Order: sequence, then C-alpha cells, then structure tokens
Amino acid sequence: MKKFFVLLTAVLCVSMLFSSVVMAENVVKIGVFEPASGDSGAGGKQEMLGMQYANFETPTVEIGGETYKVELVYADNGSSTDKAPSAAQQLVSSGVSVVLGSYGSGVSIAGSQYFADANIPAIGASCTNPQVTAGNDHYFRICFLDPFQGTVLANYAFKELGARTAYSLAELGNDYDQGLATYFKQAFEALGGTVIADSFPTGTSDFTSYLTNAQMYSAEVFFCPVSIAYSTQIVQQASSQGVTFPILGGDTLDSNVVANAAKGTDVNVTITTFYQEGANPEFDNGFKAWLNSNSEYLTNNGGNDMIAAVSVMGYDTYYTALEALKAAGSADSKDVKAALPGVTLTGVSGSIAFDEVGDAIRTSAFVKQVDNASGDWTFVTEQTVD
Amino acid sequence: MWNTVFPYLLSGISVGGQYALIAIGYTLVYGILRLINFAHGDVFMVAGIVMVYMAASGLPLWLCIILDLVATSIIGFAIERVAYKPLRTAPRMSIMISAIGVSYTLQNLVLYITGGLNQIYPKIPWISDSIKIGSATTKVVTVVTPILTILLVVALVLLINHTKVGMAMRAVSKDFETSQLMGININGVISVTFVIGSFLAGVGSVLYFTNYTTVIQTSGAMPGLKAFVAAVFGGIGSVPGAVIGAFIIGIAENIIKGLDIILFKAGLTSGPMGLAIFSDAFTFALLIIILAVKPTGLFGEKSIDKV
Repeated sequence: MKKFFVLLTAVLCVSMLFSSVVMAENVVKIGVFEPASGDSGAGGKQEMLGMQYANFETPTVEIGGETYKVELVYADNGSSTDKAPSAAQQLVSSGVSVVLGSYGSGVSIAGSQYFADANIPAIGASCTNPQVTAGNDHYFRICFLDPFQGTVLANYAFKELGARTAYSLAELGNDYDQGLATYFKQAFEALGGTVIADSFPTGTSDFTSYLTNAQMYSAEVFFCPVSIAYSTQIVQQASSQGVTFPILGGDTLDSNVVANAAKGTDVNVTITTFYQEGANPEFDNGFKAWLNSNSEYLTNNGGNDMIAAVSVMGYDTYYTALEALKAAGSADSKDVKAALPGVTLTGVSGSIAFDEVGDAIRTSAFVKQVDNASGDWTFVTEQTVD
Repeated sequence: MWNTVFPYLLSGISVGGQYALIAIGYTLVYGILRLINFAHGDVFMVAGIVMVYMAASGLPLWLCIILDLVATSIIGFAIERVAYKPLRTAPRMSIMISAIGVSYTLQNLVLYITGGLNQIYPKIPWISDSIKIGSATTKVVTVVTPILTILLVVALVLLINHTKVGMAMRAVSKDFETSQLMGININGVISVTFVIGSFLAGVGSVLYFTNYTTVIQTSGAMPGLKAFVAAVFGGIGSVPGAVIGAFIIGIAENIIKGLDIILFKAGLTSGPMGLAIFSDAFTFALLIIILAVKPTGLFGEKSIDKV
C-alpha cells in the first residue's frame, strides 16, 4: 500500500512537471460555447465537431511572430437560457481570448452580456436571430439571418410548392423558433398567402393535435423551425397520421437525425441551410476520414458520417477566430475584438466578411430535401434573395 | 362537428391512458407512505432508455419488453431500498428531498450515458402501424393504450381488494403502526407497492415512447408532472381517481389544442385565436380550481384526525 502511494506521488509530480512544460509553451484559449445536452444537444455536438476537426487540422497559430498552441475550452450551455449564463461565466473565468458559438440563438443572447462585460468577442456559427448581434460590438456571426431565411422559405413555399395556406408551429419562449416563424409569416403574407401560427410548450412530445390542426385548416405546408428533438417527433407523427403536406424547416432541421426519422416514411421534409455536402469535396473527404477515425466522433455526429451544415459552420468559425488572432497580433481578447470587424476569409461555406452590425454578408441559402428511400439529404436549389 | 372533435378526442384518450399508468404509481406510493415520489417520472424515462439500449443489443423485441419491465420493477424496488427505507423514521420532508435527489441522479446518470443525445425508441411491430378510424389516422398503440390501461387497472383493483397482499396494503395505508403490530411485514408491502408502481410506469413507457419516439433525460419530467397533477386531481391515494383524473386531463389538454378549429368549424368564431398555447396553462388552472373547490380531489378520502 505504501509503495502504491509513493508511486502515485511520483506519477503526480511527473504529470505536474509535464503540465508546467505545457504552460511554458505559448497557449491561446478559444472558448467553445455550445450545448452538449438538452433539446439542441445533437446539433451543438455537430457544430463542435467542425471546430474540433479544424483544431485537429490547424492546432497552432502565428500571433505576432510567435507560434501559439490553440486550446479549445468547452462549456455546455445545456440548450437552456438559464444554464447559459453559468457556462458563459465559466469561459470568462478560464481566460479565453475569443468565444465560438452557440448553436441556438436564445442561449447566445443569454450568454452575450457576460462576454461583453469581460471584453471578449464571440463569433456565432449558426445562430441566425438578428438580436444576437444587434446593439452590441462584441458578437459577430458568419451565417445568414432569420429575416433572410424566413423570406427564402416563404418564397419557396409560395412559388415552388404553390402553397397558399401555411401552418406554422414554434416552441414557446424559444427566440430562434419564434423569430423565424414571425419572419416567415411576414414574408408569406406579403406574397398573398395565409399563415395560421401555433406555439407549443417546452417539453411537448405529443404533436398529433397540432398536425390535426394543420389538416383541419387544409394547410398546404407545415412550417416548423424547431429543435431537432421536436422535429424528429413531428416527422414520425406526421408519418403515422398520413399527412399529405410537406414539412418545411429552417437550418436546425439540417441533421442526419432528422433525415433518419424521415427515412422509410412518405413525409416530404424540405429545409434551408448553410452548406450542401459535395460543394467542397476536399473538405468533405478530410472531415469524413477524421469522423471515421474515432467512434466517439461518429456517435456525436448521429451515428454516420453524413456532413451537417453546422459542422461546416463550426469549422469556418474556428478559422475566422484564427484570422482574427493573426490580425490582432496578440492573444488579448480586447485586441481580438478590435481586429474582428476587418477580418475576411474564404471559408468552406463561402466568403466571409462582416458588415457594420457584425453579421456576415451572405446572399444565398441552400434548399435541401430528404430522400425518403435512402435517408440522405438531396440538393434542391440554391436560393438567393432579390 | 363529430368529425372535427374526434381526432382530438382520440389523442386525448390515448395520452390520458399513458398518464393514468404513471399516475397510479404516484397515488399508490402516496396512499401507503404519504410520500410524493418525485423520482417516479424519471423511472418512466429510465424504462425508455433501458429499452433503447436493449433493442440495440440485438435481442428479440418481445424479450426486450419483458426484460425492460423486469428491469424497471427492480429499479423501483432498489430506489425504495436505497433512498427511502433508511429514512423511514425521519420526518416526511426528508424523504421527499431524498426523492428529488433520486430524480436528479437518474436524469444525470442518463445524461452521462447518452451524452445528452436524443435516442430513437425501437419500432415495435403491429402497435407502431398506422390505422384509419373514422376521420382520423393514427397508430394502433393509440387504440391499444386505453384498453390495456383499463385492463391493468381492473387487475390492480382486484389485487388490492381480494388478495392477502392487497389487504396488507390497505391496512398499511390506514394505519402504519397498528398494521405492524398485527404482524404485517411493512417493508415487504412497501416494496410490493414500488414494484407495482414501477411495473406500470414501465408499461406506460412502452406505450408512450412507441407513440412519441424520442427519449432524452428530461423525457420523464413533463409526463411525470402531468400524471402527478392527474393523481392529485382524482384525489391522491385513490386508484380509480388517478385513472379518471388522467383521462380528464389528457382529453382536456388535446381538446384545447384543437379548440380554435372546433369553434371555427362550429361557426362560433371567425378565425384562429391562438388558443392552443394555453393547453398546459389550462391543465394547471384546472388543478387549482379543483383544489379550491374540493381540496381532497375528485375521489379523495376525507381526512379525519383522531385525537
């Protein structure tokens, strides 16, 4: 027993020695503010995979002539606005230079103030609600916004699907859902259609009555920009109720989890998103090989190596952060914040540049549909807004 | 009119049946221990997770269902032995807090195991199939649920009223100490109660997750809360009360979700008013009203305090 303790102490000393060696090296910390649990856990994990892959590909960065090792610091915001503040504080206290995320606009907004107080800039990968970046100078994002996405979806529903009555369903108290539903309604009604809007309480699993509502109103399209956990329920229940209208969703539905739920049914699921697999074969192959190298990555990606658009966004966010660090010439969060507005780069998802609010300048969205036979996403069209 | 109301009624009866199976667990335990077992909703969720992992291991589904029910009963039994039995003589509040602790332990354990990802429940043949009844298309399980619920409740009531264990349960619920003096094995009776409650929650989970196929660590929270409301609504401690309460809440909740269109089709309103948002608020408002008017619930026993 005594020997064991001696050994243990020795091991501890050696490991401390090693960690102090690591500390002596230049390290820059990047905070990963993502949900690893809760309703958006699946999406958050996929977005994180993109960042992890980028970190695996480029683990160091040149800052002011010196090589820094990039360390990702994780904080789980639990997909909920009441857990987000403590996750944000955790990142602030661990001294990160810049924050990436979050998947989900509500949690991004909830954590925003803590980053602002600490003078740490944040770069959103896929949070599309305008309020994330509006009225502050520290939050940036590389994806398109909901007013744009809502308009694209409304145009697609009205012009391509020929729908005149739409049923929209969003989660109560979820900023992303409610925002996108509102923009969709505005755009769809401007085109001359009618929208019946309903909301469901958090934690709902029985959507049969809402689907019945849509059938009763003879809706021609069912718009549900909801979290992945709810959308799989909706797709499955729509299938068992034998609905005839297509289900339309926003970027949150772009996940192989949703495609799997629709596999083998005859429900038409169509969505708008940031990236279509196949647009950049070099990235696709590299990412897939990396995913397949570790069973935990595969599990976190929903069990197969299909590429989710949020992974691509996570990947591009990481490189945006590296560019900002290079431009700042220091690992100090204040300098990074000052450097961010001027950053431009060509990412996998397209060229990235920020406007005066801190939003990416984007003009197109991809429209994808589930192939019910194979359970894959298939490309429909690239929609631009006039 | 009937064609409009029917699909909502059907969903309501089905949901009500599932709430009923969970509500019985609350009401039985309360009847005997005067304890609100907050972990019950999570036992229900764990039953769902166990089933997901068992089915993934490649066992035949019928065996999975049986093993799942056995496992759930054992979990219920173990929770009682570990978290409640040592506190038998402690104030009631301590056991209640212990129950909350168990609830969080189960949720976080499942969060750890699943990594927070939603699990897709296995498809059970036949009951997952779609059928058309009148104006509604639904799964077979929707129709099976209320029938199975009623059969199980009848069996349970027979067990309570006509067997030796049932008699012991009734005696313990009337007076703890006296029944102990009469030679009843209190711990045995309490264990049986937890096993029955958990078994029914297990059956409920098979029916529930066949309908709503996603299981995450918080899946038990909302059904658990609604079932608890149903048990209080029907008069906590009464089995028929819990069942009737559960059906009323299930039906009311689904009718509210469709109230807009029902009123519209009946010509009472000119357009949608967004009433569906209030489906949950209505459930809890109903509870407050019932408790204000009849504090013991629909079928609750009047409490007589003997001096």
